[in-house]
Amino acid sequence: MDIFLLEAVLDGLLLGGVLALLALGLNLIFGVIDVVWICYVELVMCGMYTVYWLYAYFGVPFPLACLAAIVVVAVLGLAVHRLIIEPVLSFAPINQLLATGGLLFFLQSFATLLFGTDFRNVGIHLAPIELGEIDVSKARLLAFAVALIGAGGLYLFLKRTYLGTAIRAIAEDREVMGLMGVSPRRIYFITSGIGGGLAGLAACLLVLQYDVHPFIGSSFGPITFMICVLGGLGNMIGGFAAAFIMSQIIAVGGYYFSIEFSYVLAFLLFIVMIFVRPQGIFSR
Amino acid sequence: MSRRAIIGGVVLLIALAIVPFVASEYVLHVAIQILIWGFIYTAWSLMGRFGLTSFGHGAFLGIGAYVPALLWNYYGVTPWLGIPAAMALTVLVAMLIGYPSFRLRVVGHYFALVTLALSQVVLLSLVAAREVTGGSLGMTLNVVHSWLALQFAQKSVFYGVAAVVWLAGLVIWWRVDVGIGRVALEAISEDEIAAASSGINVMREKMRVTVISAALTALGGSLLTQYIQYVNPEVVSGVAVSLQIVFAAIAGGMGTLLGPTVGAFFTIVLNESLRILFGIHFIGAANTIYGILLILFIIFMPQGIVGLIEGLSARSARGIDDDTPTEPAAALPKA
Repeated sequence: MDIFLLEAVLDGLLLGGVLALLALGLNLIFGVIDVVWICYVELVMCGMYTVYWLYAYFGVPFPLACLAAIVVVAVLGLAVHRLIIEPVLSFAPINQLLATGGLLFFLQSFATLLFGTDFRNVGIHLAPIELGEIDVSKARLLAFAVALIGAGGLYLFLKRTYLGTAIRAIAEDREVMGLMGVSPRRIYFITSGIGGGLAGLAACLLVLQYDVHPFIGSSFGPITFMICVLGGLGNMIGGFAAAFIMSQIIAVGGYYFSIEFSYVLAFLLFIVMIFVRPQGIFSR
Repeated sequence: MSRRAIIGGVVLLIALAIVPFVASEYVLHVAIQILIWGFIYTAWSLMGRFGLTSFGHGAFLGIGAYVPALLWNYYGVTPWLGIPAAMALTVLVAMLIGYPSFRLRVVGHYFALVTLALSQVVLLSLVAAREVTGGSLGMTLNVVHSWLALQFAQKSVFYGVAAVVWLAGLVIWWRVDVGIGRVALEAISEDEIAAASSGINVMREKMRVTVISAALTALGGSLLTQYIQYVNPEVVSGVAVSLQIVFAAIAGGMGTLLGPTVGAFFTIVLNESLRILFGIHFIGAANTIYGILLILFIIFMPQGIVGLIEGLSARSARGIDDDTPTEPAAALPKA
């Protein structure tokens, strides 16, 4: 096997970790609240700016800045739910999509207004690890590991805690659970906070690999939605696996063709898959 | 058509004809943009009003913008041939995506995401073919002022072209609105299975509006490029454009003839006035306010500006007493 191809495969695997983390939060929100936050990656952007300003500008230690970003985005997630989703919860799904789309516009342009269109880098450069002849990006490895831990943590939370069980129950049947004494309103609120927190966590990892700019959502947003749908919207394990399939297509396609073309392939695959298996490739 | 609508239409036509004689270059420039975007939004609403919410009109816009431009720059093919070619290609793409979507009942979120993916395919293909298209930097049209090149030194001529196309768009929209297809499509968007079982050919009705909508959108994209004489993938096919089309049509009101144009007027005038007010230092200001307004629109008046005005005037015309529902309440089943 070609050494560069091997590197591409490995790169894809590590990129998959970041994408999986992005898809995880979005899927949680969709599965439980049945709403697509089309502005999800814009929330991640807010987290990235938080880390950037705290760490690179005010000199707050990196882990602390990350913690702050997670809290900030979690609070944002709560606000999104209370202010935007709750009023439109009974509307047609497409209107809910559009309401969060309005927020996408707002966040994107507000970031442009505040910070300009400059690309900003936190200035942390982790030296790559050399594995024989292959360079492995430490930032990506870290992201991959944290994504796995995050996914595992979420899984345990949903399976083992009382609150997690309530969240899963609501996702199963929102009408009946209301009668059983679980308040959907409260569960939705908490879920939005967790979804936001996961976006914040993704932000901390992305900021190590990419520059922050107001339009970063445009580069990650569409692919994240495609991954969620490919895995089956709301199906967290499916989304997790789909992230790795997509990232392999992007990385290996990028090796053979160009990076844009590999994304074209990924989107075409998505279109075909939605026709062939609309419930997601991992649906039972 | 009511008498009020006819009088309104005549006044509008006169106003449309007067503009190029009285307006400054700048106002004319804004007016041309309103007409072209109004046309594109109207084209989108042909699908959008029947629940076919496409997030991928950027794909059609992109094909419409690039095909004539590439043919002209590289082969000197006149846009008079290039534009029909672009529209034909767009129809093909729309059918390729529409047919399986409608056959397999891909609706709602899923339809929105499939079309979004389509726009990404077009966007990234345009960027990837950078040797030909200039990639993200975009491309400039070879400028030759002539009817053959569909480029004009005077803005007023282009204004005329844009106005004619816009009016044609309204006529097509109106034809769909008064046709039997509209009733069928409304039934489909309410309940597809019930519509199909009452003898409506769901497939044909959906395909029809999709093909018309896509072809008109491509035409709008072509005109835009002919006017600005520059085109860039992000500007015609980015996610932001596709979303902007959806929003402007909804803000104006997509269930009415002039709604999408009002949406174009509203968004472009807002954008321009904020730009003048704040200057170019606040590039994000217009869209920031825009974003907030969109959220408010969706939450408080999903029927749009024109829908709201019509609703209010219909109410005042009927009088308060008449406000009771006209349909008799369904009889309760006797126990």
